[in-house]
Amino acid sequence: MKKGRRDPEAKGGEREEEEEQPEMKRCKTAKRRKNIKNENARKMEEEEEEAEVRNAKRKKKHAKREKGEREEREEDGGKRRVKEKAREGRRRTHTRVETSSEPETSEEDELEEESEESEVRPESLSPEELEMLKEAVYERKKLVQGLRGKPWPMKEKLVTLRESQEFVEKYEGALGKGKGRKIYAYKVMMSKKWMKFQRDFENFKTACIPWEMKIKEIESHFGSSVASYFIFLRWMYGINMILFCLTFGLVMVPEALMGRPYGTIPRKTVPRAEAASAMDFAVLWDFGGYAQYSVLFYGYYNNQRAIGWLKFRMPLSYFLVGVGTVAYSYMVVIRTMARNANESGVGDDNSFNFSWKMFTSWDYLIGNPETADNKFASITTSFKEAILEEQESCKDDNIHLTRFLRVLANFLVLCCLAGSGYLIYFVVRRSQKFALEGLETHTWWERNEVNMVMSLLGMFCPMLFDVISALENYHPRVALQWQLGRIFALFLGNLYTFIIALMDEINLKREEEKIIKFNITMWEASLYNATGSENSTALPVTFHPADVPRGPCWETMVGQEFVRLIISDTMTTYITLLIGDFLRAVLVRFLNYCWCWDLEAGFPSYSEFDVSGNVLGLIFNQGMIWMGAFYAPCLPALNVLRLHVSMYLQCWAVMCCNVPQERVFKASGSNNFYMAMLLVILFLSTLPAIYTIVTIPPSFDCGPFSGKKRMFDVIQETLESDFPAWFSKVFSYASNPGLVLPFILLMVLAIYYLQSTSKSYKEANVDLKKKLQTQNEENKRKNKLAALKAQTDLEEARAATQTAEQKNNNASLQHQHAEEEEDLGSSQRKNGRPPPSVRHQDGRPPATRAPAPRTLHPDTHRSLGYLPGGGFPQQREPRMHRVPSLQRH
Amino acid sequence: MGNKQTIFTDEQLDAYQDCTFFTRKEILRLHGRYHELAPHLVPMDYTNEPDCKVPLALIVNMPELKENPFRNRIVESFSEDGMGNLSFNEFVDMFSVLSEMAPRELKAIYAFKIYDFNVDNYLCKEDLEKTLNRLTKEELTPEEVQLVCEKAIEEADLDGDSKLSFADFENMITRAPDFLR
Repeated sequence: MKKGRRDPEAKGGEREEEEEQPEMKRCKTAKRRKNIKNENARKMEEEEEEAEVRNAKRKKKHAKREKGEREEREEDGGKRRVKEKAREGRRRTHTRVETSSEPETSEEDELEEESEESEVRPESLSPEELEMLKEAVYERKKLVQGLRGKPWPMKEKLVTLRESQEFVEKYEGALGKGKGRKIYAYKVMMSKKWMKFQRDFENFKTACIPWEMKIKEIESHFGSSVASYFIFLRWMYGINMILFCLTFGLVMVPEALMGRPYGTIPRKTVPRAEAASAMDFAVLWDFGGYAQYSVLFYGYYNNQRAIGWLKFRMPLSYFLVGVGTVAYSYMVVIRTMARNANESGVGDDNSFNFSWKMFTSWDYLIGNPETADNKFASITTSFKEAILEEQESCKDDNIHLTRFLRVLANFLVLCCLAGSGYLIYFVVRRSQKFALEGLETHTWWERNEVNMVMSLLGMFCPMLFDVISALENYHPRVALQWQLGRIFALFLGNLYTFIIALMDEINLKREEEKIIKFNITMWEASLYNATGSENSTALPVTFHPADVPRGPCWETMVGQEFVRLIISDTMTTYITLLIGDFLRAVLVRFLNYCWCWDLEAGFPSYSEFDVSGNVLGLIFNQGMIWMGAFYAPCLPALNVLRLHVSMYLQCWAVMCCNVPQERVFKASGSNNFYMAMLLVILFLSTLPAIYTIVTIPPSFDCGPFSGKKRMFDVIQETLESDFPAWFSKVFSYASNPGLVLPFILLMVLAIYYLQSTSKSYKEANVDLKKKLQTQNEENKRKNKLAALKAQTDLEEARAATQTAEQKNNNASLQHQHAEEEEDLGSSQRKNGRPPPSVRHQDGRPPATRAPAPRTLHPDTHRSLGYLPGGGFPQQREPRMHRVPSLQRH
Repeated sequence: MGNKQTIFTDEQLDAYQDCTFFTRKEILRLHGRYHELAPHLVPMDYTNEPDCKVPLALIVNMPELKENPFRNRIVESFSEDGMGNLSFNEFVDMFSVLSEMAPRELKAIYAFKIYDFNVDNYLCKEDLEKTLNRLTKEELTPEEVQLVCEKAIEEADLDGDSKLSFADFENMITRAPDFLR
């Protein structure tokens, strides 16, 4: 019984609360209306006529409102349920939209009428009314802004929009008085213009987002996980575009335009020994020759403090751009991560396992039959898995086996990692030996061994990991994360081995540099002596810059290495794409006609798009860019080019030769996983770059910092020479350890404080969640108990009636039949359907009749009374059905 | 718009932009798609707001909806008459709600409507069964379906009436990690 009663009771409570508000409102409006009426009486006749018409209209409306009052009140409060929405929608088809009893529109109609009347003489309004009007205008504006988020049918939205726009237009100007009025009107006009501009700008902005259609198409073919890769790729492209603009605009172009031209000083000239082959394609492809002695690399830049007529501070700019690149990247990555974290919010608890599976597992973006089939299959398996888990939630018979397999898999992966690390170290060592012997004596393979080995490892190890991960039997999402983590470790190991090898090489070069420096001083001295002896007054003979001996310039070497690495990486990516995807697809497609088994369904089949591998490739590529960008300003440009090409190439490859993944799953939340990896890579790749910048002195004869002890000395130099003395003083005070250390301490404290508060918030959150859950359970239990009690009551009552019936039975059989007939008829009339009951029961005792239906009836009648046909029986049927069934059992 | 044929007046476009999550271009494209569905029914000129509707059968064949197991329900719940005939206004409305810009709350409201097969404003067991059967192409046995539906109701039902009201549904769906990414 209670079950039935509960609902209307609760609703009644709500209604009472909500009733108060409209009551007050109506009082106010009535008052206002009186005022206006008085005013009207004073006005001219034709106006009176008009007012009469309006009054009549209002009366009509009022009557209508009286009728639907109850309902309106229910809706008037902010608590609008979908149920009501649905009803409303149905009703709207029958009533005119303009005169609908939808709370907002009706109220607004009222207001509009009022102000229509008052419009004639806005000055005559009292300040109170003006305030009201202002409020109304403001309300309308807010309504217009929030309109797109309203769950109303479009027709209604459009009507509301037009009405409120008209309203605002009409009365906005009437607000304010005298002088203020003009300003107000101006303001309104400006805000309108501003809105228009904003809208146009928004339109322009969405038009500027590149590849939107392509990505959407892929999304519909392959689901959101593949699309997430392309969205990530586009995001990376954006970042690289900005990095490219920075380096290109502030470093490369100024140097090319305003710096000394090519061939004026030794560092800007190809040395005599290399001049013959400097234009060869093989050399240029290796970024030697003319490419090496150009703005593309660190060594080309001059250490002149200011260049050109702009007095552009080249070395300072170079340094700041290097720092700015890293800082900007950090900022963007962290900001995106924070935003993603905000969006994803909570959702780790497992309390709605089945419901979530049921309502959110379909990917609404899928529009391809194959993908849809895969999705259906994967949903089915996931349900089956969940059912199995539910049925035997504690099956630990082969957990040992699983554990063993997982340990084994991890062991194998570790072996792979160690092996690949050793291989790279070995290859790098060997290549150093080759380099000492001179590159020309070796074959192409021996020269490019390092890059090739790294690329090949990056290609084949993930496949190996994939095979190994089949042992582990994880959920695909978890498996993907493991896989990503492993490939991440592999790439990281490779990269760091490479860097360590590079460090060795840098040290070698520096040794070489020392010797050369000594030799150069000797050479200069001898030169000086020679010229001095011949001609004591003339300056030393000017040598062609190509003939001047020079140091090895390790910075350029590092930059070249990175550029080569990027190029070879890009090449292998593209070639694997062409061979592994395209060629395979072609072969499978056309050899299938003359092959002994089905190639498309059987062994080779078409390849799937490997999201994890591609994302990691992208991330590591970016890491290399960050690492090398300081020594090779051309790297961001190269990367932009690469990303651009791979966007098109991969889009094409995906659409033409890949099949949707077998286990399609949504890429929710994993975006932040990518971001986290990107952050780690960013940190790890800036580490060596910063280390080299801070600890290793720059080469003596190349690059913007030549002649300085350390690269960052450029800051101090600028401070000393370009800023007033007091500034450098202040700076030196500010940078002394006595001030810096406390500051760092303070920051650490602040971080600690924020972290602890966030922790406590999190705890509170968890607590609240727990409370909510226990409350829910309590509720459920209570309800169940109530239902049980009601049932036992019923049983008793039925037993009682049965005994009574048995007594009566023999006495008046005839009478009983008549009564039964009557009862049936009445209930039929009431329900519109015969009661699903047992026939031989009669004379329900009034004690067992639930009060629920009685309270329920008027309510449903009243709230539904306005409804034409349609929803009525549908709404009532289940309830009516339940009440009798409860009674009779 | 230039010298092209005008489909909408500027005011109409502005109004649509205020009422939906689309830009001007997207609205025009939507109209193009709508026109494509039934070229003989839908006029190219919408400046005087003609009254025409495209039947359900044509709409569910759009590639966007074709593979969706709930396509009929989606179209029906957006149509004014509940039969799935959509006017252009409702068509735009549907895509606006389904677009990625729409907020979670709005999506939840319409998602509830979509899953509510018998339009009784509650998700009862039959609704869930239908949902499940459409999701899995009826590959689960009836017992499994029963079990899953019972479990789902048990999980999400807060007031213990063994069916899901909108409040229950909203409470459940807004916490889902997969709902709206």
